[in-house]
Amino acid sequence: MTLVQAGLLAQVAATCLALAAAAVVGPRHRARFAGAAIVASGIAGAVTGALALAGGRGSVTLPVSLPFDPVVLAPDRLGGFFMIVAGAVGAVAALYGIGYVQGAAASRTSWSAMAIFVLALQLVPAADDAVSFLLLWELMAVSSTVLLLADHARRAAVRSAALWYAVMTHLSFLLLLLGFAVLAAAGGGTGFGSMARVSSVSTAASAAFVLLILGFASKAGIVPLHVWLPRAHPEAPSHVSALMSAAMVKMGVYGALLVSVRLMPGGPVWWGLLLIALGGVSAVYGILQASVATDLKRMLAYSTSENVGLMFLALGTGLLLRSYGIGGPADAAIAACLLLVAGHAAFKTTLFLGAGSILHATGERDLDRLGGLTARMPVTSMAFGIGALGAAALPVTSGFVAEWALLQSLIHGANTQNRLVSVVMPIAVTVVALTAGLALLAFVKAYGIAFLARPRGEGAATAHESGRAMRVAMLTAAASVIALGLAPGPLLTAAGAAAGLPRVGPVGWWGIDLSGIGALLDPLALTTMAAAVLVPVLLVSVRLARRLPRRRVALPWGGGGVRLSPRMQYTATSYAEPLSRVFDDALRPERDVLVTHSAESRYLVERVQFRQYLDDIVETTVYRPGIALMDRIGLAARRLQNGSIHRYLGYSFFALVAILIVVSL
Amino acid sequence: MNTRALVLAAVQVIVMAVLSPLLVGLMRQVRARMEGRAGAGVLQPARDLRKLFAKEPLRAEGTSWVMSVGPVVLVASSALVCVLVPLVGTITFPLVPDDLFVMVSVLLLGTVALALVGLDAGSAFGGMGSSRHMTIAALVEPTVLVSVYALSIPVGSSSLSAIVHGRLVHPSSVVAPVSLLALVALFVAVVAETGRMPVDNPSTHLELTMIHEAMVLESSGRDLAWLELGSWLRLGALLGLVGSLLAPWGIASSVTPLSLLIGVLALVAKLVVLGSALAAGEVFLAKLRLFRVPELLAGSFVLAFLAVTASYLVVQA
Amino acid sequence: MSLVALIRMIRSTGRIAEPAPAPPEGLPGRPAALAGSVQVRHVDAGSCNGCEVEIGGAFGPVYDAERYGARLVASPRHADVVLVTGVVTHNMSEPLRRTVEATPEPRLVLAVGDCARGCGVFAGAYGAAGKVGDFVDVDLEVPGCPPEPAVIVDALRRVTGR
Repeated sequence: MTLVQAGLLAQVAATCLALAAAAVVGPRHRARFAGAAIVASGIAGAVTGALALAGGRGSVTLPVSLPFDPVVLAPDRLGGFFMIVAGAVGAVAALYGIGYVQGAAASRTSWSAMAIFVLALQLVPAADDAVSFLLLWELMAVSSTVLLLADHARRAAVRSAALWYAVMTHLSFLLLLLGFAVLAAAGGGTGFGSMARVSSVSTAASAAFVLLILGFASKAGIVPLHVWLPRAHPEAPSHVSALMSAAMVKMGVYGALLVSVRLMPGGPVWWGLLLIALGGVSAVYGILQASVATDLKRMLAYSTSENVGLMFLALGTGLLLRSYGIGGPADAAIAACLLLVAGHAAFKTTLFLGAGSILHATGERDLDRLGGLTARMPVTSMAFGIGALGAAALPVTSGFVAEWALLQSLIHGANTQNRLVSVVMPIAVTVVALTAGLALLAFVKAYGIAFLARPRGEGAATAHESGRAMRVAMLTAAASVIALGLAPGPLLTAAGAAAGLPRVGPVGWWGIDLSGIGALLDPLALTTMAAAVLVPVLLVSVRLARRLPRRRVALPWGGGGVRLSPRMQYTATSYAEPLSRVFDDALRPERDVLVTHSAESRYLVERVQFRQYLDDIVETTVYRPGIALMDRIGLAARRLQNGSIHRYLGYSFFALVAILIVVSL
Repeated sequence: MNTRALVLAAVQVIVMAVLSPLLVGLMRQVRARMEGRAGAGVLQPARDLRKLFAKEPLRAEGTSWVMSVGPVVLVASSALVCVLVPLVGTITFPLVPDDLFVMVSVLLLGTVALALVGLDAGSAFGGMGSSRHMTIAALVEPTVLVSVYALSIPVGSSSLSAIVHGRLVHPSSVVAPVSLLALVALFVAVVAETGRMPVDNPSTHLELTMIHEAMVLESSGRDLAWLELGSWLRLGALLGLVGSLLAPWGIASSVTPLSLLIGVLALVAKLVVLGSALAAGEVFLAKLRLFRVPELLAGSFVLAFLAVTASYLVVQA
Repeated sequence: MSLVALIRMIRSTGRIAEPAPAPPEGLPGRPAALAGSVQVRHVDAGSCNGCEVEIGGAFGPVYDAERYGARLVASPRHADVVLVTGVVTHNMSEPLRRTVEATPEPRLVLAVGDCARGCGVFAGAYGAAGKVGDFVDVDLEVPGCPPEPAVIVDALRRVTGR
């Protein structure tokens, strides 16, 4: 029994323990026992992934009922990397859930579904053949739908979100099924080993590539298949949102890597271009919608879409450069993709857990009603702030290191005589720069409006800090954002091992070296330099603080007016207003202004009400017409159904005749 | 290698800390003289700073630790930018790249700190300034990255010191049309990022037209002093970067006292020329309406993008 | 005006600022921290704007109060001196108090014009609540209706010491 086998079995055992705890233990202690078992399963998954990444081998076959083949689990290095990500996020989310869940989210169903969800998340990267992969994929989808439906009795939006989610995830399942079927037919077997033998330049490979990439892109939240993301992630309980956003969409990225790096490497040029196009559009659209969103969790959901777009962009760049033989920058690009995966998992978990903490304490998700939380919830404020720094790619966080690596690979990738590459790379640099700038605005808005200044609503004014389990989980996630930012060397080594990249590695203390393009970065050295520069400033400040202490005054300066209220502060809607004007055509907000005149005179105004609606344009221009078309086709088809038994018998007769004719041909 | 880089870094920070108030004083003096006034003298900003350190800082109810930590972060990030940008010399630390993205990120850390100070003020003006400032920062970032990218293509490295050194060694690249396009775009981006005319009027009193000033309306005493010094250091460092790229002669390649002295004098000359040009521009230009600023930034982005594509066409031809 | 015409105008106009008169003696008890640099926040507590025109002239090119270290600022948090003009009306009494309170120490209040001193033509009117000294501590009064720009500049020079 190898260590990897033991690890895989340990995960299954811990999950069974969690299921038992969820079923048997009473409501007072259920969260603690089930949650602890899921934490154990998550840790086991992360450890198994680390073993697989280090080169350990082991295979476990789980018998499943007929007619399916048994599930074969044999993680390779790439799978191991993603198992670590899924396991770590699962453990932190479960720990958070112990303190967070209440009401329907604390029921037996929810905890059981959570246990299965975390297990499925960890085992999808470990699957070694298409059928196991799809089974575990479906398990992941079903359990997450159940979890999403936790609050359905209280809010109608949850039901609608779950419907969209279920339809989109099964659409992606269908595409994956077709793609794997094509590959299995061409390769002569459903195992990934036999699929890897298919030539990457054949038409079967191209057809399979398109189907599989579309399927994985839908799960990952790539525009235009992302419409479930901004609906589902906000409505789920926050620890489930963290799991979905930080771990589940990564399975889409894992799938893309699986297809392009393991199963069909060396594909034609247009594969890379397709990924770059999908990723670029997704990145810009996602962050644009995030910048103007006022619902905190919806903003985080769109930010996930943006980051996954960047991951696809990085992967596409790697493929494009490899197909032209530009090896060094290609390695750097794929390494950047994996750095983004880990970095995003870290900061997105932190952000969603922080948002959940805010929701738990204030009952509000709307940024326009929050404010002043940094004094009342200091731990949440610090964790969310670190997560926001990471999402905005500021030093020294995991997001900064990942984005630096991506930009380096793009800039150095263009040093070439190739005309196509030298047009695509500057466009990609522009896309990355624009998303980085907009991400800054989005997260300054989120942190500043939610935590600073004075509360804009009742819920925010009476907030209190979260319980111990939630605080520990948030701080663990925040610490990982800083750790991955200060010491990215080991992470880069892991990424290099996962994707088989020879020209990336650590340097200095824990810095990273992309030797294929001659770029290195040691964030610890940068931090030391910053500290050195900070010392004289702090010395002066401290000396002055003793002589001239800060005096507290009652009122902020607001023009000396006598009617200062917290409602005069900027809200999230107003913060993003200049940006929504600039991008008016892309966002198309709808604005309603309702003026109520005073009873006595039409020249005096009693009340003015302003409403702004920002819908997802892809949904309104593509999906709703599509759904309306389906409705019309359905209505038209109802004419076939007139209730006459004679007509129905006639249909069966003609169908039989048609099949007999076709079969005899 | 490390001690040489350390000496150069210390020289750059100290020189910029001394020169930035003088630069702002020079700009105000040039503007005053062109308007027919006598002006307060080049040393006035330094006097203002000294007085601000002697005033007590106030903290209103409803504000938080951001009001005291934000200014310190701004100053530290601006000083770090002075270390990273090749102002006096082109010697870098082995493990800290003065890479384009690293420099821009450190600069943006200061931008974010300032924006949070504006939001924490709890007034409508602070939020307004913060919102406009971040919108402009978001739209400027593509221009900055793409224009320095265009300048990095002939050299093959995105390290700022390598770019400046490459231009020093091949003077013909300084006057190449690609380089001029990129420098114009970069100059517009610097004007927007540091809040000078025509994007923002640094001496306005009308709160509804303010961008940078609105964010600091609530700060007082040493908080305000750090905010002012941080903004001046950013202006000096970015103008110094444009000067080093435009006229790399005089930049030290070694750390001997003579070469450092020449480097400092060259930096002074470049800052005087660029600062006076900016100040003269402030006399002749009117401030742009806020919703015309994205058009200006889009125009500068187009220039930068043209520079990038043109440099690939030139290489291939 | 075109660029060339503007340049020509600047060159032909030359310097407008008049030579500086002899510096006055300093205000007794003025804070040492304010030597050489004074930021001024102006508050109109109900004036007829005559004093405002003169203050505008004081900071204009001819008298150029900026060369003595004084500068107008927008926020009292940035200010050292609060320059108050006008009789204090009922509506402005509280904002005036809040503005002075919002100014960090060391600070001075200058009452400019006869109305601010309580002996102007509007003193005792139904809209006037009193003179500036009734609401905040005044450190220096500048008499005149309106006071000449030179007198206003003089008062500021007594604070800056330049």
